[in-house]
Amino acid sequence: MSDNGKRGKVLVIGGGITGVSAAIEASEAGCEVILVEKEAYLGGRVVRMNQYFPKLCPPSCGLEINFRTIRTSPSITVLTQSEVEKISGGPGQYRATIRRQPRGVNNKCTACGACVEACPVERADKFNYEMGTTKAIYLPFQMAHPQQYVIDFDACEGPECGKCLPVCPYDAIDLEMQGQVVEEEVQSVIWATGWEPYDATQIENLGFGTHKNVVTNVMMERLASDGGPTKGKILRPSDNKEIESIAFVQCAGSRDENYLEHCSGVCCMGSLKQTRYVRDQYPDAEIFVFYIDIRSPGRLEDFYQAVQEDEKVTFVKGKVAKITEDAASGNLVVEAEDALSGQLATQAVEMVVLATGIVPTEAPVTLELDVELQRDSHGFLTNDQPVAGLLAAGCAKRPVEVAACVRDATGTALKALQTCVERHGG
Amino acid sequence: MDKTEKKLAVWICKGCDIGESLDVEALEKVASDEYKVELCGSHEFLCGDEGVGQIKEQIKEGVNALVIAGCSPRFQTDTFTFDGCLTERANLREFVVWSHEPNAEDTQMMAEDYLRMGIVRAQKSELPEPFEAEIDKTILVVGGGQSGMTAALESAKAGYDVVIIEKQDQLGGWLAKTTRLFPKKPPYKDVEIVDLEARVKEIEENDRITVHTSATIASINGGPGMFDVSLDANGNGAGSQFRVGSIVQATGWKPYDPDNLGHLGYGNCANVITNVQMEEMAAAGEIRRPSDGKSPKKIVFVQCAGSRDKDHLPYCSAVCCRVSLKQAMWARELDSEAEVFVLYKDIRAPGQYEDYYKAAQDDPGIFFTKGEVVAVSNSSGDNLLVDVEDTLIDKHIQVEADLVVLATGMVPAAADGEAIRQFRDAQKVIAKGEEGAQLETAKVTVEEMAAYEGTEILNLNYRQGPDLPMLKYDFPDSHFICFPFESRRTGIYPAGTVRAPNDMDGCCEDATGAAIKAIQCVELATQGKAMHPRWGDQSYPDFFLQRCTQCKRCTEECPFGTINEDEKGTPDPTITRCRRCGICMGACPERIISFKDYSVEIISSMIKAVEVPDEYDEKPRLLGLLCENDAYPALDAAGFKRLQHSEWIRFIPVRCLGSVNIVWIADALAQGYDGIIMIGCKSGDDYQCHFIRGSELMGTRSGNIQEKLKQLALEDERVRVEQLEITDHERLVEVINEFSEEIDDIGMNPFKGL
Repeated sequence: MSDNGKRGKVLVIGGGITGVSAAIEASEAGCEVILVEKEAYLGGRVVRMNQYFPKLCPPSCGLEINFRTIRTSPSITVLTQSEVEKISGGPGQYRATIRRQPRGVNNKCTACGACVEACPVERADKFNYEMGTTKAIYLPFQMAHPQQYVIDFDACEGPECGKCLPVCPYDAIDLEMQGQVVEEEVQSVIWATGWEPYDATQIENLGFGTHKNVVTNVMMERLASDGGPTKGKILRPSDNKEIESIAFVQCAGSRDENYLEHCSGVCCMGSLKQTRYVRDQYPDAEIFVFYIDIRSPGRLEDFYQAVQEDEKVTFVKGKVAKITEDAASGNLVVEAEDALSGQLATQAVEMVVLATGIVPTEAPVTLELDVELQRDSHGFLTNDQPVAGLLAAGCAKRPVEVAACVRDATGTALKALQTCVERHGG
Repeated sequence: MDKTEKKLAVWICKGCDIGESLDVEALEKVASDEYKVELCGSHEFLCGDEGVGQIKEQIKEGVNALVIAGCSPRFQTDTFTFDGCLTERANLREFVVWSHEPNAEDTQMMAEDYLRMGIVRAQKSELPEPFEAEIDKTILVVGGGQSGMTAALESAKAGYDVVIIEKQDQLGGWLAKTTRLFPKKPPYKDVEIVDLEARVKEIEENDRITVHTSATIASINGGPGMFDVSLDANGNGAGSQFRVGSIVQATGWKPYDPDNLGHLGYGNCANVITNVQMEEMAAAGEIRRPSDGKSPKKIVFVQCAGSRDKDHLPYCSAVCCRVSLKQAMWARELDSEAEVFVLYKDIRAPGQYEDYYKAAQDDPGIFFTKGEVVAVSNSSGDNLLVDVEDTLIDKHIQVEADLVVLATGMVPAAADGEAIRQFRDAQKVIAKGEEGAQLETAKVTVEEMAAYEGTEILNLNYRQGPDLPMLKYDFPDSHFICFPFESRRTGIYPAGTVRAPNDMDGCCEDATGAAIKAIQCVELATQGKAMHPRWGDQSYPDFFLQRCTQCKRCTEECPFGTINEDEKGTPDPTITRCRRCGICMGACPERIISFKDYSVEIISSMIKAVEVPDEYDEKPRLLGLLCENDAYPALDAAGFKRLQHSEWIRFIPVRCLGSVNIVWIADALAQGYDGIIMIGCKSGDDYQCHFIRGSELMGTRSGNIQEKLKQLALEDERVRVEQLEITDHERLVEVINEFSEEIDDIGMNPFKGL
């Protein structure tokens, strides 16, 4: 037990669902936790999801409980807009150097929103995968935690503009705020660094980036979300038209030696879920799913069965070879070899969703240790890292869905606790 | 804290448009004149250093209760949390000024009502004091297979004592029957060799772990932190009794019974075996077909044998694809002349296991064919004919085989606590010598449910059954996306294959997670704090039993099995089982269950504190009871978006819709409110209620409310229950406004002013 009554300190890198869960689980078992997140908000990828499969429930429901725990827990320190630069020391006694970017808005912010009106600068809305814009001072999204505005200093015109300053009654904006470097001594480090969607422009034959109506699955989540660029209405990007047909292209990059060799684990369920988004809004839309294998393990099979009962969802087993665009209409033709009949299947649709895969986030941290982090050929951190107290969890380790991330984060919190207990004697 | 010693201060924040939209002086007068609060002030910007500093000064001078009227309690939570000081927040920002016309009479009335409710709540509430009990921190692990051994070792490594109970005469479970595991290290092509001996030795040499083999549980009494376990009079540790703090249930799985797979040749064809039999043969180093002992040259694996099949196991057993990949490559390793065919619906090798699949595909002697196997029959001699159909393209093929391996799936080795309870209850009715219809029903139940007799595993002495309740397909668990370990029995965590089909590696992950949940349980119980989802809550239900009428509603409705009952039916709660949802409080018709900071009386007083305009004012008054986890944040978000909701309504947050006591409805109607709306979370199979049954129970209770309304000759529409999601900001406002209009149309509550 250390001086503050805690059982040791754990650094969690990444504030997505894995990091948030690991932080809470470790803290509830008695550890002190530093939770470091590079974005201005917690929740990572999951807060950009419209719904979770298979319950089709909003992520913010569970996150509300998690955030309430974080708000009231004296044991968790959250550092947003922060990245771990360096870790030194040795097993069970690490020193982390954390760089914090300036938020431009201090703790006096009440999230009243007066600044937004005054700000003259628009920026691409990264939260919405650049479909739409926000002001240079913005709230990342409605349920953001922390509920504070933030300034995009790449877009902000700085003190010369300064139009936001006089409208803030709370003296909460600081256009000259400096970043800082924080040092922390911890017994254990959890890499909960998560994932990024595979860059679909790499797969040239699928036309992403050139055909406007080809979007990725993560974009589709935003298109279906109330907080998204279309306020939750699924409209195709080229002309904001309501859709009558749509194709989901599975393994867009995954299970492919030219791109990602691994299976991304969640994209089948992701697309099955998105067929429900479409069906909710368009009772008559024709939906096509091109797949190699549909992977809906365990009880998720129920969801697949339910989608199969939809007569206007057609499953085509075959890998998509090419997507072409009719320039005039913006419509698309999907070509695939139907693996069952051996024939070439072509299908014209109004919109295509590429089920792009999961790439582990690189999160470059300089390790001033005698060893290096072990990654596999796909870039995922391996289960057994070479030194005690260096741990990986969630999608940093393998491509998995939310429930599996939480499960892994929970177990990893115990591994972290063990290192703390060894060090502090419980 | 004694109520008489309470020293209350009221603060009104003028920031975030509150000062410009409301008459703050008039608000202060509500506190000072109506409630005689001596310390009452306002501040331009209360959450700033100066404002907080002033509050801290007052606390130093003896203030121990605060009402802060400003933003929602979901914001500045830590700013306005002061040790040893009870704090109530009146939500003037999101619920009033951001969602209503500024400086309007009705907006002012609304703000004043929220302040009144806050003051009354602060006056009636007390700071919770933790429930104190002597807590044992030992962890019981039921099942000594992969998951159980992992949970035990991982808990012990964190410094906890562990007892393992295993019904077999040795540890290992399925691991003892497995020699090769799926690869878990890059390049994910090489199997892991099981070293069970080393694992068992590690356990045996660990001073913190006690193992009872050949042992089963006779009974478990008590609750988290104080479970008293008795073992059956057999095996190692026979009849022994000991105390533990929490439980990991790692009782594993059974293979799906292949006798049900006659259509796939099992039982009819000698050379149709299961993947379990294949594993044994491969481990023995030789694959021989049963009929003649010859080594098969053509082996066919039939995937999803009984899985993904509505007549058998509707779910996917998740591991069988990879088991067949392993066994196919193993068979080829043992006999390079053998050809292997894998007939599958979908090959499910997620993540890096794609590499493993590819390794099998790269083997020139392994062939994969998609199709559904409809029949396996004997052809010439002992050889087999496998009929494969593909319904998509209407193709029918036949494959010959020397040996067919059925990839049978996983069935959880769990007991259905609720079913066993029903069976036992029926037995009791018969034993009691009841007569008539009750006896007949009981007889039918006993007959129909006879198979449940003797299936108990945990043997919990819980009114609601001796084992965890089962959910779909007999897996015990609850809210499985965000909080996958939460069972409906506090301090008991299913792990591994009993919770979901899982591979050995997944079992380790799962068991490690369950172990920390078990650890948290004993640590939080020691501090008198609640577990998920009300982490850290120190309040707990207090039962005033002198007034109990033994109606048993609390014991029936508690989703967590907190309350047993004695022979007369008087509730006997075990507080460490409690999750603090308040559903028992909502259920109790005698209003004898209360928390220090949440009770029927506190909420009733808040309802009564609202000024209800009289019948000549033409200003209806509506009450809204909001689930604090979902509906409340949704209304906050609506306020953020400046969506305007009816000025007639006053909202009170509730811990769960299930905690709503219908006396509040009666109170509100008697008080002259014109309508009451209750908004909670989704119920049903895909429930989103964090207390599992809260909103469902409210649905049932609202039936009784409708009866009452009828008796009073009031319109049904005056009381409404809605289920919404946390993201339904706009819909929520629509629902509120529709309700308000509907009540306008119906007209005033005729009991107003009586």
